Amino acid sequence: MAAFILRRFLMLIATLFVASLIVFAVLEIVPGDPARLMLGLNASEDAIEALRNEMGLNQPIIPRYVSWVGGLLIGDFGTSYTYRVAVSELVTERIVVSLPLAILALALSTSIALPVALLAARHRGTSADTAIMTATQVGVAIPNFWFALLLVYLFAVTLQWVPAVGFPGWGDDPAGSLTALILPAIALALPQAAILSRVTRSALLEALSQDYIRTARAKGVAEGDVLWKHALRNALIPVLTILGLQFAFLLAGTIIIENVFTLPGLGRLIFQAITQRDLIVVQSVVMLLVVTVISINFLVDIAYAWADPRLRGQR
Amino acid sequence: MNIKKTLAISASTIALAIVATSTSALAERTDLSVGMVLEPEHLDPTAGAAAAIDEVVYANVFEGLTRINEDGSVAPALAESWEISDDGKVYTFKLRSGAKFHDGTDLDAGDVVFSLDRARSGDSTNAQKALFAAIESVEAVDPTTVTVTLSEAAGSFLYNMGWGDAVIVAPESADTNKEKPIGTGPFKFDRWSRGVSVDLVKSDDYWGDAPALEKVSFRFIADPAAATAALQAGDVQAFPNFPAPEAIAAFEADPRFAVEIGSTEGETILSTNNAKPPFDNVLVRRAIAHAIDRQAIIDGAMFGLGTPIGTHFAPHNAAYVDLTGQSAFDPEKARGLLAEAGFADGFSATIKLPPPSYARRGGEIVAAQLREVGIDLEIIPVEWAQWLEQVFRNKDYDLTIVSHTEPNDIGIYARDDYYFQYDNVVLEAVIEKLDRTADPDDRTALFAEAQQIVADDAVNGFLFQLAKSGVWDAKLEGLWENSPVQANDMTKVRWTE
Repeated sequence: MAAFILRRFLMLIATLFVASLIVFAVLEIVPGDPARLMLGLNASEDAIEALRNEMGLNQPIIPRYVSWVGGLLIGDFGTSYTYRVAVSELVTERIVVSLPLAILALALSTSIALPVALLAARHRGTSADTAIMTATQVGVAIPNFWFALLLVYLFAVTLQWVPAVGFPGWGDDPAGSLTALILPAIALALPQAAILSRVTRSALLEALSQDYIRTARAKGVAEGDVLWKHALRNALIPVLTILGLQFAFLLAGTIIIENVFTLPGLGRLIFQAITQRDLIVVQSVVMLLVVTVISINFLVDIAYAWADPRLRGQR
Repeated sequence: MNIKKTLAISASTIALAIVATSTSALAERTDLSVGMVLEPEHLDPTAGAAAAIDEVVYANVFEGLTRINEDGSVAPALAESWEISDDGKVYTFKLRSGAKFHDGTDLDAGDVVFSLDRARSGDSTNAQKALFAAIESVEAVDPTTVTVTLSEAAGSFLYNMGWGDAVIVAPESADTNKEKPIGTGPFKFDRWSRGVSVDLVKSDDYWGDAPALEKVSFRFIADPAAATAALQAGDVQAFPNFPAPEAIAAFEADPRFAVEIGSTEGETILSTNNAKPPFDNVLVRRAIAHAIDRQAIIDGAMFGLGTPIGTHFAPHNAAYVDLTGQSAFDPEKARGLLAEAGFADGFSATIKLPPPSYARRGGEIVAAQLREVGIDLEIIPVEWAQWLEQVFRNKDYDLTIVSHTEPNDIGIYARDDYYFQYDNVVLEAVIEKLDRTADPDDRTALFAEAQQIVADDAVNGFLFQLAKSGVWDAKLEGLWENSPVQANDMTKVRWTE
């Protein structure tokens, strides 16, 4: 197990290095000068040049890459071109919104999907199964931003239970902040729950058709135990894969959802930074997301090994 | 006794109730949340072109020597009066006494000298340095008197000093205005929750009339559907530049809201690369002008909001000349002009479209209209950063659609190497004369001349003046209907009833 984890960890480091090169290179190639963008149509060339110097854009490319990666290693993300604030400060302000949102959404989707999938698998072919499968089909088809708008119109505009936009901030109003995350979390979670429950149901059905299940039933194990102890554990591998992918997808999905709900999260930060060509913020936030996604994959790999001892010896 | 007591209690209850109602009637609402689409990147109007900066701080936090009013006129601000020498070169400004910066320091002539010198210095990052180009020197005569000497008379100097880029800042706070703006205005900066809002509160030692509002919060809502929901849910009570024209009709039908469709300084034009064949041929450009059905673009792309223009000038401006008839929609004539230019079978070109909906939606309609006369346009969507790089800087384009939002900017047609690549010495002479002319009637005549030349040469396709659709709570008054400068002036805004 230790050797397995070490191997995976080395791969993680190599992936991160390659990712940093790609992220940096792509943003160098993308056309657009942040200084020109900031000063607009009437700006004189010398004003733009002065701003480029102020932003450090006139340094050669290699020293900029080295100082960026060097900074990342010691936790210094650089200074935002446009906001003139440390990127780490911007990211910290934003991550306290995005991370709780993603976790809340993931918890919500998992706690909906697993019982639903178990129910459908247990009553396969009945009208309950058909109803659940139809509902999840709809859930998969609905785009989350549109679903989000429906939620806003029902709960914020018509019923006025929650505010339509904004986020009061954890420090000022913790309860209000949590309330502000509920609708976005639901909007993110339901489509995910639909996918997750479909995958889990098929994995369960696959497992239920195996010989060991027949054996378990033959020796008189209760049907609930058959599902929970024998089928679910064996069905976990595809479910874990989807969960890992979904967490990464949730972070990406927040870009749209945070815009619909006007939440000051990482998604909105990166969206604004791209349009303003605040490359240092884009680079750093993208790297942070890369680290997150790769770390999640790493954890999922380890979880595979936990769920299925046969995988531990591989490669 | 019981009865007496009961009576006494009821009397006092009634009295209390009366007091309570009367105080609640007196206690007007004094807070306001204003919606804006874009969040400013920082809050220093002297170091950035973004409209969002001025929309938060102009007239609210920062003031200049002069200011621009809602009708576009110039009014005294930090300069309570001025004298102009006979040759039009020396301006002597008398500063407002009692004006204070929000950090408690007094405004004096030194601050004015500092601000103007800073804006025109070599390492200045002012986005509108051209406003200060005419200044030769700035001197403090005494603490409340400043003289500005120009290298030559400049007709628009007082107007230029009213721009957000020309506000007066203090040397102590100039470098930190980006995060913590310190100005002289009726509101002072309270806090900025990045990604959410900028909050302003009333300043107690403002030199002028105190505003009615105690607290103004500018909230940033990028998504049009979210903006609609935020207004309907009451999370914001005003959206001066409302981004969802499709929802305007619903707000107009709702008595809780007031909808004001005003005008902006944004001439929306089909910018044309005048140096690139076949667009270097005036016949081709005139053909394009006649191929365009302006009203169809306004209806199709802007839900009917916008005023057709026939030249590069704002219709609400007193000096405007309506030249739309000169390039009236006439596809037959357009085909004739193309044949005359040697393009009887038409030709192919590209149109680069930046992100705003007026460009993306408008561009598709323009492409369809030009196809009718044989000009086949390939649509290339670009981001703002790409647009600035490719179109504006490298002039690598055939056609594009963009709104020029600077006020009174017909002078750009006389600029060397501007991205239109238009070159006309007659127009350059007119603009030069305009720069030196201060007399309003003479200026109007010169403006008319310039408008006519630009229309005759069909330099660009002139589409429409961008409308400003404001939606706010019907109980609010004092918000700007038009935007002669990009601003959300909160000084006269109040809740009624």
